[in-house]
Amino acid sequence: MSIEARERRQGAALVAPALIWVLIFFIIPFAGMALMSLAHLDGREVVQSFDLSNFAKIFTDPSLRKGIWVSLQITALVTAISVLLAWPLAWIIATRVPARWQRLALLIAVLPFWTSYVVRSYSWALVLGENGVIMKTLTGIGLLAEPVQIMATRAATVTGFVHFFTMLLTLTIYSNLIQLSPNYARAAQDLGASRLQVIRLVILPLTLPGIMTGAFLTFVLCIGDYITPQILGGNNELTLPQLIMLQLGRRGDYPMASALSLVLMAIVTLAYAATSRWLRMDRL
Amino acid sequence: MTIKQGCVTLALLAGFAPAAYAEDLNALIWCDHADPALLEPFEQAHDVRVNVKEYEGTAAGLTLLEQSRPGDWDVMVIDAVDVGRAVERGFLAPLPADQLPTADFFPEVVLQDHTTIDGQTYAVTEKFGYNTLAFNKAKVDAADMESLGALWSGKYDGRIAIYDYYLPVLGLVGLQDGIATKDLDAAALDKIREPLMSLKAASRQVSDVVASQTALATGEVDVLIGGGEWLTAVLNAENPDLDWTIPKEGGLLWAQSIAMVEGTERPELALEFIKYITSPEGQARLATSSCYWGMPVNKMAGDVLTDEQKAILRWDDQAEYLSRAQLYPVPNAATDTAMQDLWTEMLQN
Repeated sequence: MSIEARERRQGAALVAPALIWVLIFFIIPFAGMALMSLAHLDGREVVQSFDLSNFAKIFTDPSLRKGIWVSLQITALVTAISVLLAWPLAWIIATRVPARWQRLALLIAVLPFWTSYVVRSYSWALVLGENGVIMKTLTGIGLLAEPVQIMATRAATVTGFVHFFTMLLTLTIYSNLIQLSPNYARAAQDLGASRLQVIRLVILPLTLPGIMTGAFLTFVLCIGDYITPQILGGNNELTLPQLIMLQLGRRGDYPMASALSLVLMAIVTLAYAATSRWLRMDRL
Repeated sequence: MTIKQGCVTLALLAGFAPAAYAEDLNALIWCDHADPALLEPFEQAHDVRVNVKEYEGTAAGLTLLEQSRPGDWDVMVIDAVDVGRAVERGFLAPLPADQLPTADFFPEVVLQDHTTIDGQTYAVTEKFGYNTLAFNKAKVDAADMESLGALWSGKYDGRIAIYDYYLPVLGLVGLQDGIATKDLDAAALDKIREPLMSLKAASRQVSDVVASQTALATGEVDVLIGGGEWLTAVLNAENPDLDWTIPKEGGLLWAQSIAMVEGTERPELALEFIKYITSPEGQARLATSSCYWGMPVNKMAGDVLTDEQKAILRWDDQAEYLSRAQLYPVPNAATDTAMQDLWTEMLQN
């Protein structure tokens, strides 16, 4: 056997476990879901067929269409707010906090990850409620005459998400920032750039990979999340994952749930395509 | 490792390991059956571990059965009015009616028309209650709650929560419009569309059991349409102001039943479990389950329940309540789909 052939065989042997893993845990389930999405519910029974009626319904039924739109709106809002909050926080930690305190600052930043997701969402429900600490404080000091409803609104859902994803983005942006040589800023300042111009024209573009990686992760996790809108949104508008759960848990409509899941995957794939040029982990 | 250390390690591991039982019984249940206080006496008496899986809504339960192999499940809890649906699809096994204590049941909730198909018993009712109005009497005029119309009056706008289960709430909206639950067909759904959307507009949230309890307990809302004793009873100790009533238009009677699943490999054990659940002791434990309370169907459970528990369950008022309550709507597949579409539309409105 030639050396090349042996190397090819060794390469195939090394890659095989990963390929088998992907085949078993992604390709086969995905194919099953795709097949199921082409079936339909006849009365209360799932009948295998090969038509696109579920997909047609998703884009013609106002309730289902709205679910996609609501999910996109919430996800865009959460991603934008989280980036706006996370970048300054990461920048402060990376450049203004002494190196020996940065680890502690990051530890505090990721504290929310240590609690259960469900518990965290229910905690927000108590904080944002009419008798929660925010409304009690605002009405107590006279800033509000009457409590304002936050709980069971989109604002509550967005708040719950932002709390979580700001921390995630802070980590990705921070890891990008600390790799930047201080010479970039010095060179820009030597050439007459103000401090604001250095941040806007030099630092910010250089942290774009960190921002986009975090934004993509936020987008994927947020648009696929069921718990936060379910607990904090009060079922006053349904997101795509809530609609999927409704098909599964309430209607027993597995074909429609599969079709909606494929739409969700398609949205995530589009988001990946739009951001893939920045999603190179080695640039972080 | 010395022998002594090994023994200590083994003893510690044994302490953490679940108790070993000779057999397993697999039950498809609602959350009230997951209470260890209910299951443990049966497990110990029969040397069996009861493995439970919770589900919500008959459609989901039937889909689970459809995707399971015969023998995967031994017993299941199901809405009494939906027993026929399960029998039609061959999911339930016949039960020996002469071995069930239905003679001791409240007659109104035996529901033989629903649990017996072609003269053969397939399920037995086990617990009942009402989907009606639950409210905080410290914040709501209790007299207002004597009519469903109060929810559409504007007086409680923003203070209402809707229980997130389409069958009882659509039934209640129908009652407000003078439509009996048995008449809630596709044409009737058109009539209740507008009142349903108005109710949503006046409501703060649409919530499941836990979120509804939280909303009432924290004062986020003051009225819950679709609520009842099953929701307020577990909160009674913390907040005695949480109350419920059946308004003049009526309320909905929910009745859950327990059945043996066709294909079970342990029919004797499954039957023993059903007999335990319908026995006075099992009934009392099920009635006061940590997940939600409800009236036991077996009157003999009154001898096991305390006076306080019976007062919370309104034991003495049942005759009057039962006379004013209607059964859940029993939609055919097409009407059920139309109901769920209307419900989804309401949620998205």
